[in-house]
Amino acid sequence: MCDSCGCGDTNLVPVEVQQRILSDNERTAAHNRHHFLERSLLAVNVMGSPGAGKTAVLEATARALHGRRLIGALAGDLATDHDAQRLSAAGIRAESITTGSACHLDASMVHHALHQLNCADLDYLFIENVGNLVCPAVYDLGQAANVVLLAVTEGEDKPLKYPVMFHKADLVLISKIDLLPHLPDISLDRIVDSLRHVMPNPKYLAVSARTGQGIDDWIMWLHQQEHAAVADHHRHAHV
Amino acid sequence: MHEYSIVQSLYDAVAGQAVRSGAKSVHAIHVRIGEMSGVDPGLLDTAWKVFRLRTICETAALDVEIVAAEWRCSLCGGLVPRGGMLTCGACGAPAKLKQGDEILIDRIVMEVP
Repeated sequence: MCDSCGCGDTNLVPVEVQQRILSDNERTAAHNRHHFLERSLLAVNVMGSPGAGKTAVLEATARALHGRRLIGALAGDLATDHDAQRLSAAGIRAESITTGSACHLDASMVHHALHQLNCADLDYLFIENVGNLVCPAVYDLGQAANVVLLAVTEGEDKPLKYPVMFHKADLVLISKIDLLPHLPDISLDRIVDSLRHVMPNPKYLAVSARTGQGIDDWIMWLHQQEHAAVADHHRHAHV
Repeated sequence: MHEYSIVQSLYDAVAGQAVRSGAKSVHAIHVRIGEMSGVDPGLLDTAWKVFRLRTICETAALDVEIVAAEWRCSLCGGLVPRGGMLTCGACGAPAKLKQGDEILIDRIVMEVP
């Protein structure tokens, strides 16, 4: 109660906060990022719809990089460790993150999983997020880059329907491109046009995990990010 | 639906502030949510009404200010209209999101003894 004038009013105090609601997640993400930088480990957050081909593209990546780079992966799913098993079979050092009912990974789930995965000698770490075009876009995990998969079978207007996800993408992999000849109503140009409405400077590659089309370009993109991550590390080390 | 996770973080921040201020209860929380933040204001409010039960925020209303996306040219700073290609009509440079991705607590109104 107000005790200055005896009016009996409740003593309400406004406090200006100006705080980011996800600041705890951002702190943990910064901690993860520090781990990745000090190990010169390129961490990539791989997002996309269920069935867009995230695991298949990572299997193709492992085949292409066999003997050249050591790859690790954290595979997020609501249930089962099927993706982690597939990735392990492809030669990737993989752990699963079973989220239960959570529709996305957050930085603390990734941090916890990093304690299970020996990543000291890894070159690349792929964080395969839960299949979902909404929730994963909101959470920073500490990654160096966001890669979003969009299968040609998903339709040309997916970027317009899920603008936040595609706006956050550093690279879009237009996957299952080998199916395009069987989809007379889908045009690659119109998919790219949709991307231009939600990404100011869209970077995209058309790939097929099945035929290997575009995988070399994807590997080249990874190498470029790797060099950028090393440069970042040196810059931080000398500050 | 990640709004429950957002509400958990919101509650942790508000309850922490209330304890530090010695508040008896929280009356209102003002938040700013950007159109391009990936957070749905309606779902956020629904999640909040469930989450606040039997807490210091039991009667606290969630006042959500929605911030419209504003795109500006990364080179000349001109306004790039929403809904079209995200490149500047005048100079062709890519647009940059100037506002509209906020997930912020602005103000908390608390009852103090």
